[in-house]
Amino acid sequence: MSTLTSPALVSAAATSSWRRWLRLLGPFFGLLLVIGIFTVISDNPGRFLSPGNLRIVLAQTVIIALGAIGMTIIIVSGGIDLAPGSVIALAGVVCALALRANWPPFLALLAGMAVGAAVGLINGLAITLLRVVPFIATLGMLGIARGLAKWISNEQTVDIPDTWINRLAIAFPTPKWLLVAPGVWIAAVVAVFAALVLRRTVFGRHVFALGSNEVAARACGIHTGRLKLWIYSIGGLLFGLAGVMQMSRLRQGDPTVAIGVELDIIAAVVIGGGSLSGGEGSILGSMIGALIMAFLRNGCQLMGWPNYIQEITIGGIIVLAVAADRLRMSGNKE
Amino acid sequence: MSSSAAQALEPPLLEVIGVAKHFGATRALDGVDLEVRPGHVHAIIGENGAGKSTLLNILSGAVRPDRGSIRLKGLPYHLSDPLEALRRGIAYIHQEISLCPHLSVAENILLGAEPRRGLWVDHQKMNEVAAEILEPFHHANIVPDRSVSDLRLPERQIVEICRALARRPSLILMDEPTSSLQRADVEKLFSSIRHLRDSGIGIIYISHFLEEIREVADEFAVLRDGKKVLNGRLQDVSDAALIAAMVGRPLQDFFPPRARVSSNETVLRVESLSSGTALRNASFNLRKGEVLGISGLIGSGQTELLRAVFGLNPANGGTVEVFGKRLAPGGGPKTRITAGIGWLSEDRSGEGLALALSVADNISLTNFRAVSRGGWIDLEKQKKQAKQCTDAVRVKASSMTVPVQSLSGGNQQRVALARLLHQGCRIFLLDEPTRGVDVGSKKHIYELIASLVRSGNSVLIVSSYLPELFGVCDRLAVMSRGYLSPTRPIEEWTPEMVLQAAIGTDSQGTSSCTTLGSHREHSN
Repeated sequence: MSTLTSPALVSAAATSSWRRWLRLLGPFFGLLLVIGIFTVISDNPGRFLSPGNLRIVLAQTVIIALGAIGMTIIIVSGGIDLAPGSVIALAGVVCALALRANWPPFLALLAGMAVGAAVGLINGLAITLLRVVPFIATLGMLGIARGLAKWISNEQTVDIPDTWINRLAIAFPTPKWLLVAPGVWIAAVVAVFAALVLRRTVFGRHVFALGSNEVAARACGIHTGRLKLWIYSIGGLLFGLAGVMQMSRLRQGDPTVAIGVELDIIAAVVIGGGSLSGGEGSILGSMIGALIMAFLRNGCQLMGWPNYIQEITIGGIIVLAVAADRLRMSGNKE
Repeated sequence: MSSSAAQALEPPLLEVIGVAKHFGATRALDGVDLEVRPGHVHAIIGENGAGKSTLLNILSGAVRPDRGSIRLKGLPYHLSDPLEALRRGIAYIHQEISLCPHLSVAENILLGAEPRRGLWVDHQKMNEVAAEILEPFHHANIVPDRSVSDLRLPERQIVEICRALARRPSLILMDEPTSSLQRADVEKLFSSIRHLRDSGIGIIYISHFLEEIREVADEFAVLRDGKKVLNGRLQDVSDAALIAAMVGRPLQDFFPPRARVSSNETVLRVESLSSGTALRNASFNLRKGEVLGISGLIGSGQTELLRAVFGLNPANGGTVEVFGKRLAPGGGPKTRITAGIGWLSEDRSGEGLALALSVADNISLTNFRAVSRGGWIDLEKQKKQAKQCTDAVRVKASSMTVPVQSLSGGNQQRVALARLLHQGCRIFLLDEPTRGVDVGSKKHIYELIASLVRSGNSVLIVSSYLPELFGVCDRLAVMSRGYLSPTRPIEEWTPEMVLQAAIGTDSQGTSSCTTLGSHREHSN
């Protein structure tokens, strides 16, 4: 194999682009498979595939999707964040308190996002300055943020006045031409922007470099510490936005909401092709991963399956999805 | 060089004065002086553990010296991190490749210095700039927008070198940049080094190949045990004097006398072994008390042959018979170890050793049974046995409990060999046992091989270094594109025949191979 122009190399290049496509399309197939299975086993396939149900699924996806955008950036950089569930609760409570204090809705929304970003920044500082591994730093934050949410809300739900924020998550929005919940549009815009940033900006390429080989990234003059602060802060910002969506859906700030949601978010990223060892992942994949999770949940509900069956099914599918991905990768390696 | 008198007056680019560094009880550097002038290639020569890497690490800011001072372009130079070194114009090309496999070639070359248009990466410009830097290497496979994970090792090395060049440094540190390159690539590298030198850049060049150093360097310094023992201009010194300075004594018989134990007993019989596309239908016999060598161009399937015999790569055809017993086709390394086969990986840090574990743990890794009872390890016994095995191959380590990664490259390799002794195997599969190893360690490894076969063991050795195969082997076979030639006694081979066999009879695509074929002759 020492010759430079052997056909093996040409086919290697072909394999590599083929592999890229497969990696990109894999989650699509997964999504179609999930939808297909529920359509087949459902007594009422029309209901599962009805535009009304699709709108509900999309509205339900918003929180996981926004979280998965932030988580994709973090996971591509080789990190992990276990705090999103708590941050969603904290940001929701903060936003609700701001609304109750008669802040303009837009400022209240920004307050929720800012709290999320601040939490992310603290995570980043713990990781870079205190040199705590991300898993532990954010595990600590999982408890701290949850505790803060309960503290500032006096362990009670915070009711909010009626503003446009309450209508962000409505599956059947009032100006009919919106078609889907305003939150879905927001998530879509954020996703497109984040995908462009990851693919096309210097920041995005540095995130990939960091996750691919941190030593090399640092040796090339990238301020890996500063980069991590940005990554976790941006992640937190998006978890904060997800928290506002959560509050909008419940129409109250609830400090006990979204327990365990971080695992759904991580699952969405991993199903979408993200690698927990860093360097791999895409926003598009993560969005499809989030949709897979939402369709699974919705399908299980429409089937009238008890909650525990849903949990077992979703858990199993996460492992199978990643196993299929690994199988595909090793198959290509030979 | 008419301006050499003027150049001598020119202030040095880099001045190192009395730099010293301790690691625990080891004196890695003991007051070293060095002067590098712009437009010169300065070679640093020395055995593994002589302090070359420590010196480079100090210059690149990764390690802080205990005492001594460094001046760069006449200014004091205190470094605490690699970023500062980059900013001051020092680029370090590591021996081990450190790229981001998920990024493209161009993204790796311009990592941290991406051309941008506002916030966005200017991909077109990036590919253009990368192509320009890659141009002197004329490598068809290294396309700017190709993913680095698709490249082979030597190609990655070139990307790594181009990444350093992209910074337009004033001083380049090169730590054995050719260790994974083939001859054609080495020549391309050298022509670009000369090009860099002529443009006024200073280069510090570390290599084990004296011939290479003569080809590319102007000045040299020999380090031994952390001290500079000889320096000057290369044209004024003989190879013998360099080697004598490196090892501290004249090196006479480099290869130990062949101790042919005449025996016709076959200990390992491999019949039509195939594995993937890399290995097709290999057959050979290994006899008791002999050294069988496998030669070939890098990547012709030699490594895959050893891995398939050892059960690490799946075989899709053929049989392996050890001491007359046929091994089950699906059996992994466990069955091979039980049968008495030991394997030395070509990739010492990647799969040969558990770098973070202690010397003792690494030694007993394949044979914990010898040092444990009922699952509990007898730590004293483990240390004692490790000491015996490491002493047999002369490992320099302050204790058996230090992590292997604290040892120098040559000592790590000896630990890997000592493990095979502890394992108690009778058949040794050695893949590039002297790769990245200094002259003195090489000699020890050759002596070890000779003593192994004298006591009735058998050695199968894969090497891309032809003189060593001619020095130690009793019989030789050559691999070419996955096919193994018939085995013949070493006296029936000449280097030319080996190269012919390695290049293969098919005449297509060999134009690059004929230059690749000129294996680096050892200067001894």
